Amino acid sequence: MVDTTEPANVAVVAPAPPEFASVGRRWSGAARQWPVLPLVILVPFVLMALFADYLAPYDPTEPIPGAKIFEPPFWMEGGSTHALFGTDFQGRDLLSRLIFGARVSLIVGVAGTLVAGSVGTALGILAGYLGGWVDQVIMRVTDAWLALAALVFAIFLATMVGPSMWNIIIILGLVYWTRYARVIRGEVLSLREREFVKLAEIAGGSRPRVIFRHILPNVLNSTMVLASLTIGVVIIAEASLSFLGIGVPPPEPAWGSMLADGRSMLMVGDWWLTVFPGLGILLVVLATQLLGDWLRVRLDPQLRNM
Amino acid sequence: MRQFMIRRAFYAIVTLFILSLTIFTVVRLTGDPVTLLAEPGARAEDLDRVRSEWGLDRSWPVQYLAFVKNVFTGQLGESFNYEMPVSTLYFQRLPNSLELALAATLISFLIGIPAGIISAVRVNSFWDNFGKIVALLGLSIPGFWLGLVLILVFSVWLHWLPTSGQGGVQHLIMPALALGWYFAASLLRLTRSSMLEVLRSEYIKLAHLKGLPGYVVLAMHAFKNALIPVLTLAGINLVVMINAAVIIEVIFAWPGIGRLLYEGIFQRDFPLVQGVVMEAGIMIVLINLIIDLLYAYIDPRIRLSK
Repeated sequence: MVDTTEPANVAVVAPAPPEFASVGRRWSGAARQWPVLPLVILVPFVLMALFADYLAPYDPTEPIPGAKIFEPPFWMEGGSTHALFGTDFQGRDLLSRLIFGARVSLIVGVAGTLVAGSVGTALGILAGYLGGWVDQVIMRVTDAWLALAALVFAIFLATMVGPSMWNIIIILGLVYWTRYARVIRGEVLSLREREFVKLAEIAGGSRPRVIFRHILPNVLNSTMVLASLTIGVVIIAEASLSFLGIGVPPPEPAWGSMLADGRSMLMVGDWWLTVFPGLGILLVVLATQLLGDWLRVRLDPQLRNM
Repeated sequence: MRQFMIRRAFYAIVTLFILSLTIFTVVRLTGDPVTLLAEPGARAEDLDRVRSEWGLDRSWPVQYLAFVKNVFTGQLGESFNYEMPVSTLYFQRLPNSLELALAATLISFLIGIPAGIISAVRVNSFWDNFGKIVALLGLSIPGFWLGLVLILVFSVWLHWLPTSGQGGVQHLIMPALALGWYFAASLLRLTRSSMLEVLRSEYIKLAHLKGLPGYVVLAMHAFKNALIPVLTLAGINLVVMINAAVIIEVIFAWPGIGRLLYEGIFQRDFPLVQGVVMEAGIMIVLINLIIDLLYAYIDPRIRLSK
């Protein structure tokens, strides 16, 4: 990372006045300990999602009384400060929908990743630790599910199940667990041969006990790193499904369906309906990627190149 | 080698079996397909008639066998809406999707490979950091949003390129860039790490010691060897892009397989959706098998291990 290494170089190379150097060192230390840039981007979105009810100026699902449809943002001609980012095709406030959309994206991203991570880690541990036919069955299912291109599989499931936010969470969890299962199984295979696991088995520890006391804590780092990579993918997948109309159902404001709504007005140049929701997705995913990079370096240097 | 081929082919068949079973089960578990298809308020007799026409009144194992038979005879069932075999529709659309996917692959190669090589040769230079930012953006910007922004800038504002449809090169540029964007970023990362690994090896040092000019070492020795993992990824990715470019094809009105799937979703044409998903799965399993066998053919260590 550029922003974490540069201050350190400055502090080492230039023997500046003591108070200056200490400020530099403190800053670089903080930057190394805390992922400053990703948090600067992510925290506002998290706050928006948590306090959407208080922050949003209007109800995101109802038209603003008396407002026109497709009103531009306030700084453009024809815009007004009543709807800062303009209104959509029903005359609803775009800003309020963006704020509530953050909630949808983050809930689906985090919950979908949790489902994928728990299912994948559990199956990976079972396959790796138990071996034999259990391993064979789990790994062949993993292969088969990996062979279905993730998005196509998600579209298929969403079409069959019908749209709702919780269905989407479960679907995306079911689509993205396979990566965890593969990686975790590999780790467990080598953990299984380690002495502390062997000793626990000899000491009479039951299988569940060995798994929960000795195996699980040792694979959690990898699960965390994988989770940091999955969350952005899940958020984009949710936006894709919502864009196609099989994700979070209207009138619930999801960034993906807002993009789809704004698409027709793009041709006449009403860019804000498309650009703002997309920027939301971009920033949140970018921040989770950066956070993931930071986490990877901290938790597991071996995974740096993943 | 023969044993290896047989084992891999067996795995592929098992994978396809689980894949078909998954698709089959999902369709039947998520509710009666007939009620999904029928108009609301259809009479019970009509529903029963449709059920027996589709063979849905038979037991599950019988239905599954019929489904597998369809897959093997290349029929994949009949689309409800088009009243044609799904595989016919699929192969009608395949050339269009292939055209788009090849163009996207070409664009991602043009961006990803040179940038990856420069980043690897000049580690931590300006270009390396620039490459890192491009890679990060590539993984964070949703391709379909990029497509919409491209339409806005190049079609609506600048009038340089047509917004949608199929035709000459000018129709291909934007969808190919939007589709290849994500892949360009992963290609950049992979080329960089692959080149870094090769550049550290003994035979590169030897080539330098022999007095070969730097560009010869790079082009003839390093790049050729770094290309193997890159081409593997490109092969798999090409098949995924053929089958999973749903939103890009919808946005740019491209008559490919992704759009076929989209039509299937909206017309509740469940045999079409099921068939396209199955066909995509078969193609991905096959390309994986081919790549595995090619690897084994090139590198004896692979076919001898395990």
